[in-house]
Amino acid sequence: MSTPVLELSGISKTFGAVRALSDVDFQVGEGEVVALLGDNGAGKSTLVKVISGAHPADSGGVITWDGKPVSIGTPADAQRLGIATIYQDLALCDNLDIVGNLFLGNEKLHFPGTLDEVEMESRARELLDSLSVRIPNLRVPVASLSGGQRQIIAIARSLLGQPRVVMLDEPTAALGVAQTAQVLDLIERLRDKGLGVLLISHNMADVRAVADRAMVLRLGRNAGDFPIADTSYEEIVAAITGAADNPVSRRSERTGASALATEDK
Amino acid sequence: MTQQTPVSKAPGRGGAESVAPKRDPRLLATVASPKGWLDAFKRALRGGDLGALPVVIGLILIAVVFQSANDRFLSPQNLSNLTVQIAAIGLMTTGVIMVLLLGEIDLSIGSVAGLAAAALAVLAVKQGVSEWVAIALAVGLGLLVGLVHGFIFAKLGVPAFVVTLAGLLGWQGLHLYLMGADGTINTSPSGTIALLTQTYFVSFMGWAIAVLALGLYVVSVFLVERRRRLAGLPYKPLTGVLFRAALLAVPILGGVWVLNQYKGVPLAFLIFVGFVVALDLILRKTRYGRMVYAVGGNAEAARRAGINVDLIRISVFGIASALAALGGVMLTSRNFAASVSTGGGEELMMAIAAAVIGGTSLFGGRGNAYSALLGGLVLGAIASGLLLLQMNTSVRFMITAGVLLVAVILDSLSRRGRKTHARGGA
Repeated sequence: MSTPVLELSGISKTFGAVRALSDVDFQVGEGEVVALLGDNGAGKSTLVKVISGAHPADSGGVITWDGKPVSIGTPADAQRLGIATIYQDLALCDNLDIVGNLFLGNEKLHFPGTLDEVEMESRARELLDSLSVRIPNLRVPVASLSGGQRQIIAIARSLLGQPRVVMLDEPTAALGVAQTAQVLDLIERLRDKGLGVLLISHNMADVRAVADRAMVLRLGRNAGDFPIADTSYEEIVAAITGAADNPVSRRSERTGASALATEDK
Repeated sequence: MTQQTPVSKAPGRGGAESVAPKRDPRLLATVASPKGWLDAFKRALRGGDLGALPVVIGLILIAVVFQSANDRFLSPQNLSNLTVQIAAIGLMTTGVIMVLLLGEIDLSIGSVAGLAAAALAVLAVKQGVSEWVAIALAVGLGLLVGLVHGFIFAKLGVPAFVVTLAGLLGWQGLHLYLMGADGTINTSPSGTIALLTQTYFVSFMGWAIAVLALGLYVVSVFLVERRRRLAGLPYKPLTGVLFRAALLAVPILGGVWVLNQYKGVPLAFLIFVGFVVALDLILRKTRYGRMVYAVGGNAEAARRAGINVDLIRISVFGIASALAALGGVMLTSRNFAASVSTGGGEELMMAIAAAVIGGTSLFGGRGNAYSALLGGLVLGAIASGLLLLQMNTSVRFMITAGVLLVAVILDSLSRRGRKTHARGGA
């Protein structure tokens, strides 16, 4: 495989007396969906925050972008490189319309310093068309959209900055079946556009549906990096829980069915 | 008659791989005919988007009731006085609207208006400062007070309710202190201050202003719709634009005609309307306005989008208090005096009530500048009508309370209506 877009090696992060990450390696390439898995407290969120610049890593680790070493000290650094983060709580303004939300904080202006609504609406329409997102009217408040559409708008908004790596924190956690499918479709489209996607999810069905690789963290350390296609559900669960002998695999052996979509909370 | 030219694609923009139909078939098209507009209007109503309709109906109802009780209600003289009477509290309402858009409340505007009135009178009468300078200083004092409120609220995290409650008491205290032993300071009956509410424009000027405003409206809307059409976006055809302009022309030209029957368009009312229009343009057309709505809708989202939330909050409180101070200047102008009771009575409650009656939501993020005008007209009309019927304040308070309650109920119901009707599908 060619050089990964983003590669982290030997990353550690300490909060006071707690070592949240120790010596973690991670990489994501162009057009690749990597699922970041781990139990609660395994360090997933910390790793995302390190990459997004919210909590810079301790010294010692190396972060490379396109093979060149870089440092990510602030969220602005990450954005400049081309890393977009979409958090679980969507950060949309319910009272603004779709166009307003897409361009919030980044409005297009024309001559006397007033908002160029026409330009923004055209660009919004183009962006959503290119993602095959069909929303009839871009001038409705996002409060009236379904959860899936809202998530899609949040993701689309991050794409305006032309990122090359997108990190999604639990994008399907609060969504119904059809809406989850919409978001998964969108993730695949991002991959097809050549973006690297980092997907945090507790939902193994989603992970198996769209991810190319699953990277497992356990107690702040790497606990395995599996190609999804030839890894069984039990192997991943074993890596997450740290043992082949765990309640989930015991149960699936007993019932003979592979338990799917269990939230391992 | 309609501009049904085929839409041309936006020039010079590659990248859109899919040649999607420019208009989504699910989007109900508004037919460019009176029936089409009526259908679109009905759809909007069912969706909980009441707009200004309840207020306009309320105004018509008020006019019919009072006119049948006393035929002087709709006389040019009464209507002219009405427009001057609502200017002071109306200016305070425009400030309140900005604070309400943030989802906050400012309880201090009455006291700030009183403080500004006292400062104005002391400066102009006792200190002999030129009246123009005194007005500027009084409004500047209001701005400063508001910035202090905003700073304590945004930076120190004290709820706006509490900060401005302290302001309500404290600034009233300073107001009384400034007034000193005299309960009233009379201002010159012929100076700049008095002229603010004593000036009327000759008929020609009134017509010129009205026609100019309408013309600017039509041209600017037409230009925007043309750009939308050229960019391949949904647009309103020319007939629709003209239809809306005609709807708007009725109250504007009618108003000028009625006011010209008496002394002409009052300067005070024009100042009020000017601030309303300016605020509307700021809120809808500028980045600052978009930020105000964003902070009111979801402050955390606004912060993540890179908006300086604290700065927006501080500036909004500053503007609100500056407008309240201007309201205080107007109150002084109309009474030819500042007294210990200026701004200390019902002004605060009426200003907030006018904003809500006009359609600005108490829940933040929703409303527009025109609520100040509409709500002010409703409250002013009720006050003026009851005065003609020689009913006293007790009746007026009860009726105003009823109207306010209806407005808040409509606000809550329309919130619910939007939630259930406007679902985008999927």
